[in-house]
Order: sequence, then structure tokens, then C-alpha cells
Amino acid sequence: MVLGAEASFLNPDKLLLLVVLAATCGCIIASMVAARAGSVPRIRRIAGLEAVEEAVGRATEMGRPILFVPGIQDMDNPMTVAGITVLSRVAGTAAQYDATLDVPVSRSLVMQAARESVQAAALQAGQPDWYDPERIRYITDEQFGYAAYAAGAMARDKPAACFYMGCFFAESLILAENGNAIGAIQIAGTAETAQLPFFVASCDYTLIGEEFFAASAYLSGAPDQLGTLRGQDIAKGLIALALVGGVVMATMKVLSPGAVPASPAEVAP
Amino acid sequence: MSRSIALLICLVGGLTMLVSPFLPMATGWANEVTDWFNILAAMAFVLGGGSLLKVQLMRLSARGPGWGYSAVTLLAFVVTLWVGLGKVGVVADASAPAVAWSGKPDDEGSAFWWIYLYVMTPITSTLFAVLAFYVASAAFRAFRAKNLEATLLLVTAFIILLGRTFAGVVLTGWLPDWASGLRLENLAVTIMDVFNTAGNRAIIIGIALGVASTGIRLMLGLDRSYLGGDA
Repeated sequence: MVLGAEASFLNPDKLLLLVVLAATCGCIIASMVAARAGSVPRIRRIAGLEAVEEAVGRATEMGRPILFVPGIQDMDNPMTVAGITVLSRVAGTAAQYDATLDVPVSRSLVMQAARESVQAAALQAGQPDWYDPERIRYITDEQFGYAAYAAGAMARDKPAACFYMGCFFAESLILAENGNAIGAIQIAGTAETAQLPFFVASCDYTLIGEEFFAASAYLSGAPDQLGTLRGQDIAKGLIALALVGGVVMATMKVLSPGAVPASPAEVAP
Repeated sequence: MSRSIALLICLVGGLTMLVSPFLPMATGWANEVTDWFNILAAMAFVLGGGSLLKVQLMRLSARGPGWGYSAVTLLAFVVTLWVGLGKVGVVADASAPAVAWSGKPDDEGSAFWWIYLYVMTPITSTLFAVLAFYVASAAFRAFRAKNLEATLLLVTAFIILLGRTFAGVVLTGWLPDWASGLRLENLAVTIMDVFNTAGNRAIIIGIALGVASTGIRLMLGLDRSYLGGDA
């Protein structure tokens, strides 16, 4: 009985996944601790994030608003959280320049989080009066209803800068093409691989996958956050080594004389 | 204080989601967390609806540009809410035929179902169909051969376009078997299975690591910008 209880404590089917997860988290946490101790990594320049200030400045000069779209998913999606962290930086810069920032959202919880974030950014920028909660408003949960609103807002208000940071699906191209049509400077970031080509084709800058998740750390410049990026790279190196090792072993197995097929798929003609 | 509680909830929720796949005794915990999130999201919907009503009413009362759209939005909002909550036209469920409201609001034949099928679906489909034109205009810009990379993109796109249609078979079907790999339909498959899959997997590995790193930053409270606080 006791033995059975011990055996069922961990899911045996997912032990390998647990080891990989532990190794990845270990790399990230160790790098974070090292960065706190003074070993701060140097991060390569990310053009899309460097352009945030340029985009906000352009909108200010032209006297036109900035549109920020934090995706169409809720706060349980890591892309939305990453989008909100970028929003706080954009809001801080917009508050400094006294530029108008419009944030239409498609989820009520995202509206609340975005309001908190923008208000705090305005306070930090020393411009508490700049914050207007009505500029961060809920539109609809409906995907194309939201896209129709955003496209209409672009046509009416002609924002000088458009940010698309979060989780997007088919509406990505509707948003980006409308932004392109009004001549706005466009910066996008998402981890939805199917939408990346659309953003790359239509936007001036695109944060691809992990760049998007690194944005928060990059913009904050905090050593411990930057350290987590180094941890990511170390984990990536380990995964690459495992991949190469796996390829070599699989190749050796196939090439070795008298190799026994391991699965029915290999026996199949 | 409130921020500390929020961080604690984030830590507990994150850890629960993290361990639940690995501990059989914790299998149901992730569902519990998800249920709590759904309850919160449902409560927040009231705030969202309130924001929508407030903004549209303000625009309507100010008679600003586009106030007519606000009137349409408000009318649609109120009518749909009334039809849904009032279960207008809902047929009683077979299990309780004597109770008029026992059916679901979106059951076939109800007013809510009618609105969804004959108003919402056509509008959504129309907007989705417009995507075809956006794809064409984006492709036109992306495929201009301005440099080496753009030229490679253009050539690859043409191979895929032709390889996925009958044109590819017609154009290169005459190639002998020993050169069948050069037929457009086979080239398209090779590009998608080898180059595209390899690139996609590289991006996905990066994304997975990015999510892990972001999760750790959030759970440890290093990144608090989503709570309105700086790191």
C-alpha cells in the first residue's frame, strides 16, 4: 500500500517533462541570482522596442493619437500579460510627451488591468492628470466585432502610431492593413506563429515570439529581469545540444549494422 | 497591502497550475483555479458592459461625430440583453414542458438564436471574407523583390502558390521520375515540411522558454507592471 502511494506521488508519464521544466526554471533562476550579484548580461538591441519612443514622439509631433491593441485574449494568456507590461512603458512615454493614448480592449479583466497599469505609468511620469480611464474602454468579446471597431477607429481618428501587442488570430491582418493604409508607424508583438507573417508584412517592426516576452525585461532594464533572459539562452543552448545529440543517436542507430527497428512505423514499407 | 495580496494570489495560482500536471493528487487543482478565474472574468464583465454603456451614452448625449453609431450600439446592446435574459421565444425543455423558461436562451427557435444566426453570423462572415483582399494587398507589398531576402521570399511564395494548385502539376508534371523532387507540387511539400517546420519549431522553442521566463518573473513579483506597479 505504502509502495503504491509512493509510486503514484508523481505522474510517471510526465517525469521527463518535469526534468526539462526543472532544468529550464533552474537556469532562469540561477541567472537571475547571478545578475543580482552583479553579473548583468548585455542584451542585443531590439529594434521594435527602440522604436517605441520614436513612434510616441511622432504621434505627439503630428498631434494625433496612439492606438494600443493588447490582443483579444484574457489575462490568463501570457501574451496578454506581456502586452500589458509593454503598455505600461508606452503609457509612461506617452504621458511624458502628453500624447493621447487610446486602448480599446476586448476583455473586461484586461480593461481593469490596463487601467491600473496606465494610471501607475502616468503617476510615475509625474503626469497624474494625463490619465483618462475613458480612453481605455471595453468594446466586445466578439473577435470580428472588435476588429471592426478598431479598423473604424483607425479610419476616423487616424492614429499616428499603432501598437499590436498580445494574442491575435485572423483579425491581425485587418488591424495591420488598416493601420498601414492610414500611414501609421506600426509595432507589433505576438507569439502566435500563424499571425507573425501578417505582422511582418504589414508592420514597421515586429517582435517575434520570445522577443515579445523579453520586452518587459528589456524595457525595465532591471538586472534581475535581464538575468532571466540569459537563463532563457542557457536553456535554449541545452535544448539545442539535446536536439543535436538526439539526431546523432538516431542516425547512428539507423546506420549501425544489424539495427533492429524500434517501432512498427520503421518496419512499414 | 492589496498589491501583496495580488502577488500572493498570482504565486499560488501559478504554482498550482505548474504542479498539477505532475502530481496526480493535484489534477483537479488546475480546474479549480480556472473556475475561479472564470468567476472573476464573469464579474468583470459587468464592469466592461458598464464602460461600454457609459462611453456610448456620453457620445450620444454630446451629439459628437458618429453619435448615430452609438445609438445603434446601445439599441443592439439593450435588445440582445433583453432577449437573452428574458428568454424571448425559448421553447420549454422536454424535461419540464410545463415551465416556459426551462429551455436554454440560445436553443433553436429562440429570438437570441435568431439574432445570432441571421445577424451576427452574416456580419462576422462578411468581415472574415474581407480578409482575402487584405491578404492580397499585404502579399503585394511583401513580395516586391527589393533585396536578396525579399527575392527569396517571392520565389518561395510562387513555388508554394503554384505547387498548391493544378498549375504546378501542369507546368512541371512532364519532369521524369528521377527528377520528381523538382516538380512544383513536391517542392512545395519539401518547403513546408522541412524549411517551414524547422523555422516554426525554432520560434516555438523560443516562445516556450519566453513563457517560462515570464511566468517566473510574474510569480516572483519581479515584473509587476500588470498590477500597475513598476519592477
